[in-house]
Parts: sequence; structure tokens; C-alpha cells
Amino acid sequence: MNDIRPGEAKSQPPLIYPAYRSNVLRAPSRPLIRVPANLRDLAAPVYGYLPIGDGDRDLTRQHAGEPLGERIIVSGRVLDEDGRPVPHTLVEIWQANSAGRYLHAIDDHPAPLDPNFTGAGRTMTDADGRYRFVTIKPGAYPWRNHPNAWRPAHIHFSLFGHSFESRLITQMYFPNDPLFPHDPILQSIPDPRAQERLVSQFDLELTEPEWALGYRFDIVLRGRHSTPFESRA
Amino acid sequence: MSPFIATPSQTVGPFFHFGITTDNGLGSLAASAVGERLHLRIRVFDGAGIPLPDAMIEIYQANAAGEYGTADFSGFGRLATCADGSCVFETIRPGRVTSAGGGVQAAHINVCLFARGLLRQICTRVYFAGDPDLEADPVLALVPAERRSTLLASQADGASGTWEWQIHLQGPAETVFFDL
Repeated sequence: MNDIRPGEAKSQPPLIYPAYRSNVLRAPSRPLIRVPANLRDLAAPVYGYLPIGDGDRDLTRQHAGEPLGERIIVSGRVLDEDGRPVPHTLVEIWQANSAGRYLHAIDDHPAPLDPNFTGAGRTMTDADGRYRFVTIKPGAYPWRNHPNAWRPAHIHFSLFGHSFESRLITQMYFPNDPLFPHDPILQSIPDPRAQERLVSQFDLELTEPEWALGYRFDIVLRGRHSTPFESRA
Repeated sequence: MSPFIATPSQTVGPFFHFGITTDNGLGSLAASAVGERLHLRIRVFDGAGIPLPDAMIEIYQANAAGEYGTADFSGFGRLATCADGSCVFETIRPGRVTSAGGGVQAAHINVCLFARGLLRQICTRVYFAGDPDLEADPVLALVPAERRSTLLASQADGASGTWEWQIHLQGPAETVFFDL
């Protein structure tokens, strides 16, 4: 079979996960219908080949002043399942500000907005699959999933990759957050080792002296470098 | 086993709009493309029949000749749903697509849905009601006959260029979703 993906079952969240309350009425209840590889439209959307400005990858320089909070560098490599770099692919991020508030009309968390922080960025990976953002560390924030529910600090990531199946939206967390065991969104991933792949690592090499802490976050997209119609066996 | 296991997916959440759907131009694919222009209005409902005001829909389709990702037609679109659970793409009717494994697929648009409550995207595709190619479509053939109609858009009022399609996440009319 071309279609078996070892290890995936426990490394991806299930469709149905009622501990995440919003899931209950939204997750499809019937089994997905498997499409054989040779019937899939596997080409990738040609999207993201837009000019990227410095302000797009430095979220601290999008306004007149600097945002409040802990300035950080977030960088890593985007790889495929063969460990090969995924070059020239769009990486988009969005996040709350340092007080845990999103610049969004429906966010009613009573924490201050920051006039110097929007919280959205985009960049393209380079020829080696590397990306790099400068931003501020987002704050944790409460939500109404269950009593006294708080989301661990996170940055949302959106990536396309080079095939339709490689499309990924995920969240990057920060090391040693005490909220991890209480967060149903992270806990929805059955394999604890897979959960760890969403936790960035502090990296002294990325850290710039007297300026910003560095966090490394590598991402593996589904799919392989070989053309989709070659055997994967 | 390869040590390179795909990074887990997480929900897009409710706050994505300012991050990734600021460009409404991504709802207009037609521009200079050759082909039959149409509007595709997609409306999304949850298991209680409530429209989703906070979903994100991405579409990906072939051009009128059945080719993907050509220089003159990206075939990619992305919109957030609005308060009534709908969004409208302006695009062209795709051509029939020849599968890698041989065989011809009827005109269809690939659809990916992201939303608060969904821990990963769900994928489906929409076809055009009345298309004579539906009978022989190899992907529709994988779907139980009584559920195939969940994948058909219909024309709003006869000959107009607007096609309507509803996605039901649950319930008796639950849309067919695919494992790709």
C-alpha cells in the first residue's frame, strides 16, 4: 500500500475530541472516505509568492513604537517526512500580545491591547527551508472551555508546503509551560512525544546578546520529496 | 520508521482573521482566467444547524482545461465565513481532470475547511449538479450513492452564474469528507 503513514495515528489529533467543547457540534461524525493516492489532486496551491517586507517578518516593527513584552526570535527549519528541507514556502503566524489579548473584535479578555502590536507576520522559507521571525512572547489567556480554563502561550503557524496534503495549521508553544497538562487542545494529541514537537526549544545560538531570546521551532510537513506517483513503499 | 514524523495539527481557533484572511482578493480567482465565470457560495453549518461565523475555507481547483497551478491561474482561494456562515468565491468552472491513475474526474473544486473546534482541517470537494461526467467520476464512486448529493452545488436560480453549496458538519445531511 502506498497510503500507510506509520506513526501518524497517534501523532495527530483525532477529529472527535469532546474535551475540547467547541468540537462537539463541529467534528464530522461519519468516517472519512479514503481516496487512493492516484486519484488525489496532489499538486500544491501556487500561493505565497508575494513580496515579503521586513515588517512582515519582524512583528516588533510594524508600528511607530515598539510593542511591550519580551522580545524574541523564533526560527527553525521546515522539512518533509524524508527530512529534506521545504524551500520557498509561505509561513504565516498570528498571536496574542504580551498581555494575552488578540487584536480581534471577538476577543473580550479584559487585558490591554498594545497600539504598537498587531501580532501577524509572514515570511518565505529560504533555500534550506529556514525561516525567522522577530516578535514578542505572547501571554497566556483565559477561555471558556471549562471552569478556570487558560490557553498556554502560543503562536499560530500556517504552512503550505509543496503538495496539497502538506497543508498545516498548528500552534507553537514555549518550554516548560505549567498549563500544558490542563490544555485540551495540546492534550488532544495522543502521543506525548508528538506533543513535544509543538514545544519550541530555547536556543542560545539564536539568542542575540543584549537584544532578544531565541526559540527554535522545526516543522515537518506531510509528504515526501519524491514525486507523488513514485512508490512510497 | 523515519524520525521525521509530521508535526501535529492544532485548531485554527477563533482569532485567525487578522492573521491570514485579511486579503479579500483571495476570494476572486477569475481575474483574467479563461473559462465560464461563476460565483460559488458556500455556507457551513454545525450539528445543531447553526451557521459557522468563524470558519476559514480554502479552495483549490484546476483551470478550464483541467490543469492545476498554471501561470495564468493559481486556482487557490481563501476566505473566512461571515456571520451567516457563508462566503462567496468568484472563480471559473474547472475542466475535467485526468487522474494520475488514469480515468477522468468530473469538474470539481477541492475544499479545505478550518475552524474553531476542528483540531485539524477537513477536506472535501464540490461538484456541479447536472454535470453528465458525474456518473463516471472515480472519486464519487467511492461515496455511498445516498450521500453523493452532499457534494453537489446547485444553481441558485436557474441559469444564473451563482452556485450554492452547503457544508453540514454533522446531522442527516452530513457532508462527505475525505481522507487524503
